[in-house]
Formats: sequence, structure tokens, C-alpha cells
Amino acid sequence: MSDTAADPRLLRAPPKKGLRLSWADERLRAIVWQVLVLGVVVSIISWLVSNTSHNLEVRRIATGFGYLSREAGLPIAESVISYSPTDTYARALIVGVLNTLKIAIVGIILATFLGTLVGIARLSKNWLLSRIAATYVEVVRDLPLLLQLLFWYAILQGLPGPRQAMHPMEGVFLSNRGLKLPWIQWQDAHSFALLGFVAGLVLTVLHARSARAKQMADGKPRKVWPAALGYLIGLPVAIWALLGAPWQGDIPALRGFNFQGGLTITPEYFALLLGLVMYTAAFIGEIVRSGILAVAKGQWEAAEALGLPRGLIMRKIVLPQALRVIIPPMTSQYLNLTKNSSLAVAIGYQDIVSISNTTLNQTGQAIEGIAVIMAVYLTFSLSISLFMNWYNARIALVER
Amino acid sequence: MADITAEAAPRGHQPATAAPRRPPVLAVGPLAWVRANLFSSWLSTAVTLALGYLLVRWAVGFVDWAFVNAIWSVPSVNGTAQTQACRALQGSGACWAVVTEKHRFILFGTYPYEQHWRPAICIVLFIGLYIVSAMRRFWRKELALVWLGTLAVIGVLMWGGILGMPYVPQERWGGLVITLILSTFGIAFAFPLSILVALGRRSRMPAIKMLCVLYVELIRGVPLISLLFMASVMFPLFLPEGMNIDKLLRAQIAIILFAAAYLAEVVRGGLQALPKGQYEAADALGLSYWQKTGFIILPQALRLVIPPLVNTFIGFFKDTSLVLIIGIFDLLTAGKTAIVEPAWQGFGIEVYVTAGLIYFIFCFAMSRYSQNLEAELNRHRVR
Amino acid sequence: MKPMRLATLRALGAAALVGALTSAPAMAQQPAPAQNAAATMDAIKARGTLSCGVNTGLAGFAQPDSQGRWTGFDVEYCRALAVALFNDAGKVRYVPTTAQNRFTALQSGEIDVLPRNTTATLSRDTSLGLDFPAINFYDGQGFMVKASLGVKSAKELDGATVCVQPGTTTEQNLSDWARASNIKFTPVVIERQEELVSAYLAGRCDAYTTDVSGLAATRSAQPSPADHIILPEVISKEPLGPAVRHGDQRWADLVRWTHYLLLAAEEFGITSANVEKAANDDQRPEIQRMLGKTGGLGAMLGVDNAWGVRVIKAVGNYGEVFERHLKPLGIQRGPNAQWTQGGLQYSQPFR
Repeated sequence: MSDTAADPRLLRAPPKKGLRLSWADERLRAIVWQVLVLGVVVSIISWLVSNTSHNLEVRRIATGFGYLSREAGLPIAESVISYSPTDTYARALIVGVLNTLKIAIVGIILATFLGTLVGIARLSKNWLLSRIAATYVEVVRDLPLLLQLLFWYAILQGLPGPRQAMHPMEGVFLSNRGLKLPWIQWQDAHSFALLGFVAGLVLTVLHARSARAKQMADGKPRKVWPAALGYLIGLPVAIWALLGAPWQGDIPALRGFNFQGGLTITPEYFALLLGLVMYTAAFIGEIVRSGILAVAKGQWEAAEALGLPRGLIMRKIVLPQALRVIIPPMTSQYLNLTKNSSLAVAIGYQDIVSISNTTLNQTGQAIEGIAVIMAVYLTFSLSISLFMNWYNARIALVER
Repeated sequence: MADITAEAAPRGHQPATAAPRRPPVLAVGPLAWVRANLFSSWLSTAVTLALGYLLVRWAVGFVDWAFVNAIWSVPSVNGTAQTQACRALQGSGACWAVVTEKHRFILFGTYPYEQHWRPAICIVLFIGLYIVSAMRRFWRKELALVWLGTLAVIGVLMWGGILGMPYVPQERWGGLVITLILSTFGIAFAFPLSILVALGRRSRMPAIKMLCVLYVELIRGVPLISLLFMASVMFPLFLPEGMNIDKLLRAQIAIILFAAAYLAEVVRGGLQALPKGQYEAADALGLSYWQKTGFIILPQALRLVIPPLVNTFIGFFKDTSLVLIIGIFDLLTAGKTAIVEPAWQGFGIEVYVTAGLIYFIFCFAMSRYSQNLEAELNRHRVR
Repeated sequence: MKPMRLATLRALGAAALVGALTSAPAMAQQPAPAQNAAATMDAIKARGTLSCGVNTGLAGFAQPDSQGRWTGFDVEYCRALAVALFNDAGKVRYVPTTAQNRFTALQSGEIDVLPRNTTATLSRDTSLGLDFPAINFYDGQGFMVKASLGVKSAKELDGATVCVQPGTTTEQNLSDWARASNIKFTPVVIERQEELVSAYLAGRCDAYTTDVSGLAATRSAQPSPADHIILPEVISKEPLGPAVRHGDQRWADLVRWTHYLLLAAEEFGITSANVEKAANDDQRPEIQRMLGKTGGLGAMLGVDNAWGVRVIKAVGNYGEVFERHLKPLGIQRGPNAQWTQGGLQYSQPFR
């Protein structure tokens, strides 16, 4: 096409038109339309705002975020950071955000794992396995998530009480108070070891990068895993040992009404996690299946012809191509899972919606309460979108 | 597969002399199928056996619970049901009596008892509307008129107040019909809105484009529950003093706004899938923007988006259950309220299973339909 | 072809527009509450129905039966008001409200009165713009535990898991009390009552806390109520009563005196069965005034003078209402007995 540009007649710039005051002028029409639509939208919004401020005044409802520094007085069952009812509303809301993150992150990881298994099972040559996977996907997708959550919660409540708890092994108890696991008594040394692990992660990434650069330069593949092992395990263990290797088990035991000590997974959290993971995994399974099917058969055959082993074909040839199809819909599933975690309010897991909702009830400040919920979710959604877009761009086919 | 090849083998051309030989049992026929699909390797055999065992065990347990040990009705004394028999089961069997007793409440909520035929007809009308909309030979513009007409008839039936039917305010509506109303009216109003938003998002006018992007991303970034809360507690503050919209309608508006944002993305996908030549050809004909959109672009784009549209609809159908949280009596809320009565407390699983079955029937039918449709449309395109 | 299509399109547009226009007013056919708050009663009369905010389902107080009819203690107050205004207990729109949207519904005029076991507190009276004209049920927050737990007092609940409904006064009372008595507990907070109860029954919590009436109702509904005990401590005062918007005294007056009517009727032994006879024959002056034979008290409230007879005939006196809805749940009169019986229910004089 660009060849024709050599023709001087076609190099002429389009005639520069002034804005005519005529309905026939497209640009004028565009401006009129935009002014009109914007005007309508702005006037509707200002009407609503003026109504709202009038109503707030007439009904003597307090406004502003001043309540955030007041004492909350609401009890919260599980919290990542320390919290007591004497803390402020702001801290209660932070607890809620962290609880939402706790369910979303774990949920995304497990749903990806289970979803991939389901997707692969649906492609299995074993008829029974693929049928069961297909039935699972169909049934789970066709039932409302809320119903599933209520169902799981009802099932978990059917577990025996703490005194008759199932006790499969030392220190592990399963009852309607949740799953109790042994844990270590957390000390500073453990926090430092955790930091060491994060540092090891960064070092591993850097090491892998330089190894790849060297491979690009001389073509010789280098092993990354021994160094990675050192960074990821050796470093934290060394830090831990240097700080005196504290190791005191925290074994749960039945004392009084409940189990004391140990790590608790509450039934509310577990039911929510189970519901979200089962539900999202059904969708992810379909995405993974269509992603794998989308890779042309010729790719397998060509790779086999090169004599590559099957695992390597999957890892280096098929998966990278399938990922390109998988990533965009997967992003929206991750977003869905995060947003769906708001259903926690129905089964009593105290996430940001539940806590903000209680706050709203106690203070009567509906606008602020809902604004908090929306702001939190918008932040989550935007962060996940940005991250996945970045990742998608990284693995996208570089077209030359 | 082996069966089909055996069936399809030509029969008439076999020479009479050669006696037909049966194929080896392990190469074709059901046995061969079993071997190839269930026991092809050690791993496969192990998986089959393990799954088969679990499946049989679960199925036996389920049949025991749901049928063998189940109680289907209980006697009632002075209007209070005597549920001791159910309690005595201790969970070893289902107490379907709760459904027998409460089925009309679960289906119709607090709608006046003698007038239940009205929501019942509405449910039938809704199903009829879905079936008509599903048939491709009705995919014409007149379908929109059918929708308008049916929805109007449903409105008249539900409200009443004319033709000798007593007026029934919205607070009394409930049960399955609320689920159908919220989802169907939701999509019926969201669809036109979503087309406008999708067109706006592809518009060359920056202000309109920005507005549409803002709307879609904002709504898609927050959970439906926050919109419903907004409709429930914030919306009344937005209106001038004295003006007031019913709770059901507020929830309906929230669902419409929510649905429109998602549908707009579906429609935008359809618009983007159209080859650019279509736009250029329409421009070349000198058609105006609205002529181009109405006669060339939309008829083709909307056809493409029908399967994802059905899937989105299934999503909304399920999501309407969230109105539980703001206290509207849809199918799920009615089911949960049915077990508030002390006599029936604790029979949640039975009610959930029943409500789940109703949801499943609707969603499964729609999702099957959408799968078939997709395959059909794709076949057409490939050819 | 083209003009025809255009015509179809236009017809479609027109139809849609007409549809939208016709359906909009139908959908917006809502109680138009008074512009100034002083005219709630006129607005209700003009509308022809009373909008009554009730619980979405709480046994004994408000719950729909198998046929979808609302019944319960709170519901009787809606019916009584409807009878007072319209002589028809059916002219009520029951609006189910959640703990969260009940006050918004009242403030915005979606409902006229909120008899939804709502605790009267100072902040609700002032900063939420409400009024509590009468207290029709004196309650208090208590604890219920399983008898098998062997707990005899709430003081022994240290370390227990407690089921509590969020966003209510109950939740704050619980943490106040725990702090004051130096008790640590793990909360399980579930919004919907029936789910909370089933969590307690399933043993998810050691104790269940709510108003004592609610505890009694739950307890009596169990196959063997003796398995559960209500602990003696009552940790809060929960005066429950119908709420109205602040600033409309006429409407608040009718709500208040309808409650007193039910109380006074019980005090004087007037029931739904004998009210008509009493209206004609009873010579006691206060009864003659109350039932509209003399005094013209009904007109002062903005209804007609025979309102007392109609209301009592339709719903019965306070004791009858209590017997009908709360007694079967095992709730005792306790503080809700007549003042003559040592309770707190005390009608102001009909004079």
C-alpha cells in the first residue's frame, strides 16, 4: 500500500475546513452531542447530590469520615493483625480488608490449581474421569454461588462438636469449630526468616535472569535450581539458625469450651473458601480446557518430530501458547472470585463488606460505608487487572 | 466410536460366498469400548476403580437419604405441623415434608394465597417467552414486540387492579416469580442500554467514550452486593424528600445497571468481531451513523453475541439470589424464610436442595441451548 | 424493503417509549409520603393502606405462614392501626426490612411505622431522627447454652464461642459486657437469625445471645427444650416498640394510644369476645370513654370514636395478642405483665 504514496497527487493534505455552523458539519454535531450528553449527566448528578445533602440535613444524619477514629465496639472473630473491640472503626475496617485479601489470595491459588486439574481431567482418555469432571463443571456452574455457600456452611456445621472432634493425627482436630492444626510459637526469628525467604525470592529471580542472559550469549543452558534452593531454603534456615533456632510447638488442646493454641481454620472461612474455589474452578477448568484445545495439533507433532520428551513439549511448546488464550479470561475469573468473596456476609465471615456493613448499621452513615466497600474493591480490581495486563503483555507473542 | 463404524459399514455389497465374520470381541463393541475408555492402562484402571467405588458409595448414600429414609409429609394438629417424625430421623433421611408443606410459599412467597394462579401464569409466560426467544425462526425485530407485550401482560397479572383482579402491591410478590422478574426485566432493560454504552465506548467523541468507559469499569470493578446495598440504603437519600421508590424496583434498577455494564462488554466484543469492511462499505454507501449502525452493524453484531448473551443471562439469573441480603423475597429468600417457623427449623438442606434443583433446571436448559447454538452458528461460519 | 424496515424500527421505538412511559408511573405507584412530616396520617388515609415495616422473619413477632400471610406480635400492631384508620385489618402493606435498611425505609417514607422489635435508644431517638411513641415489649439480652455444657452462670463463659447477630445493639452490648466482666470470647456473627440459630444448634457456638424473648422462642421450638438453659444474667435493657419518624406528633399519638388501648382493655378485662357488649352495657366511665360512648376521644386522635371497639374486636387486647403469638413460644409475661400484676406495662388514662 505504501508504494502508492509515491504518487504526488496523493500526498496532498486533506483540505483544512473551518468549523461551519451547520448541522451537516460532523465535528459540530459531535461537539453538540457531547455537550448535550455531558450536560444531562452532570445535571442528573448534581440533582442527586443536592437531594442527598438536603436529605442528610433534614434527617440529621452525620456525614464525613470522622467516625473512623471512634471506638468500634464490634467483636471480630478472626483477624490477621491484633484487634479488640476497643480499637477504632478504621482498624476494624483494615482487619476486614486483610480478611478479604486472605480469602481472595488463597482462593485464587487453590482455584487455579483445582481448575487446571479439572480442565485436564475433562480431556482425559478415561471416560469415567472426564464424565465426572464434566458433570461437576455443569452442576456447579448452574447453581447460584450463594446457595452453594449456604449449603457448604450447613454441611460444615454438621461436623461433631469440639469434645467429639475428629482426631486423625496428633495435634490435628476437626470439629464444627473448624480445623485445628499444630503451629509454632511465632517469634522474631521466624519473622526474620520470612524476610530472608522474600529476599531469597528476589535473588532467585535475579539469578534466573542473568543465567538466561548468559544462555542467550553462548547458547549453553545453565542450571538454576541449585542456586534457587540455596536462596529459598538455605537463606531463611541460616537466618533462623543464627538467631538461636527457636522451635516451640504450639499444639492445640481442648481446654474449657474450645481448643486453645495452634492454627485455626474457622468453618466460616473454610465454607467460603470451599464454595469460592469449587465455583471458580469450574469456570477455570473450562478455560484451561479450551486453552489446551486451542493449541494446534501440529505443534505437538512438530515437537515430537524434533524428539523432545513429552514433559518438555508441554512445558516449552504447548503451555506457553495455551497461556496466551488462557490469561485474559483467567483474569476476569480472578476478579470474579475477589468480588464474589463479598458473599461472605451471608455466612458470617467478617470480610470488608461484613464489617463495613456493621459499621454502617451502628453509625447510620450509609454513604461512607458503601463508599469504603466500593473503594476497596475498585482498588483490588484495578491492581489485579494491571498485574495481569502486565503479565499478559510479557507473554504475548512478539509479532515481527 | 467403534460402534458407529461398525454400524456404518456397508452391508449390501458383501459377496454371498464369504460368511460374515464377527469382529473380535475386544476390537469393537461395548467390551472394546470399555477397554479403551476405562481400562486402557494401569493408571486408568486404578482411576476408574477408585472413582467408581466412590461414585457407587455416594449414590447409595444419597438414595438412602433422599428416598428410602425420607419422610414426605407429616400430620398437622391445629394448623401446626407435627415434625417429631422428621426430627427422629436425625439426618439419616430427608424431611421432604418441609417442601410439601411450604412449596407454595417457596414458589410464590407472600403473594395472596387465593391469587396464586396469577404468578403461576406469569411463570408459564416467562418460560414461554424464553422458548420463543430461543427459536431461531422468531429472531426478528417483532420479537422485541413480543417481549414488550408479554412483560406488559405479566405486569398486569402481578399488579392486578383491573379485570376483577384485586390489586397486589410489590411487597407481597415473592418466590420464583421474583427471580424471573428480576432477571428477565433486568436483561430486557439492560440490553438496549448496553448497546448504547457499547456504541458509546467505540465512539470517536472523547467525552462520550470517557463516560462509557468510566461507567463500565466502575460497575464491573465492584461486587453486585455493594450495588444492592446502595439501592437498599443509599438510594432513598438520592431522591427528593417525599419521592420514594419501592425496594423491589430499586433492586431491579441496581441489577439493570449492573447487567448493562457486563452486556456492554459482550456487545462490544460483537462489534469488534465484525470485519472492518462492513463499516467501510456502509460509509461508502453514504449512510448516516444511525443508519449504518441500525441496518448494517447491529444486525450482524448482535447475531454473533447471542451465545455469550445467554451465558451472561445465566449469570444474572443466579446473581438475583443476592437480593437475599437486602431482604427481598426471591426464590432463595422465600426458601430460607420457610424454615423460620419453629416447627421447621433445621431442615435447611432439604430446602436448599429444592431451590437448587429449580435454579439448576433453568440454568442447565439455557446453558445447553447456548452450547448448541454456538456450535450451530460456528458450523454456519465455517461453511 | 428499506422503508418498511425503517417503519418497523420506528414502531418499535415508539412502542418501547410508550411501554416505558406507561410502566414508569405504574411502577412508581408508591406511597407518596407527606411533604411536611406533620401529615403522615392524612397521607395514609389518602393512600388507603398503611405501610408497615416488619422483620423478614422472626418467629412470634413477624413471619409469613405457609400461605404467605404475615402473622405475629408486631404484625398485630400493624393490623390494629389499620383497623383504627380504615376499619379493615387487611389494608396493610407489609414491607419486610432487614436490620440494615429498616431505618432508611422509615426515614424515606417507604414505611409509615416500624414495629420491628427495634430497641429504643438515645442515639436512635436523636441522630437517626426517629421517635418511639410506645414500648410494647420490655426485653433484655441474655444467653442460652446447652444444658450438657454444665454452665450455670454467664460469668463462666470465659473462652467460649458466642453466636451473635451483627449490626444490632446486641453485638455492642456483648462486647461491653465482656469487657466489663473481663471475659474473652470468640464471636460468630451471622446476619440472618435462622442461620444463627442453626449455627448454635449445630454446636458451632457454645452460647447464643439475643433478647431473652428470642432465646425463649428458640428454646421452646426445640424437640426437647430441657436440653437448653437460659442463663440468669440479663446484660442489657431492650425496650422494644414501634418507631415512627420524628416530628409528626399526630401520627405518633395514634400509635401510642393504640398500644395503650390494647393495654387498658386487658386491664379492664375487655376482650375481643366481650367488647361489643361492654361498649353498650359497661357503666365504668373510663371504659365508656375508651370505647367511644362518651368523651369523643377518638376524634381527638384523628379517627372516629368507635375506633376502640373496632380495634379490640379485630385484634383483641394486649393479653390476647401475647397469648396468641408469644405464649406458644414459651415466652412468659415477666416484665410485660400489667402494672397491676407487678409488670411494667402501664396504660396512661383514657380521659
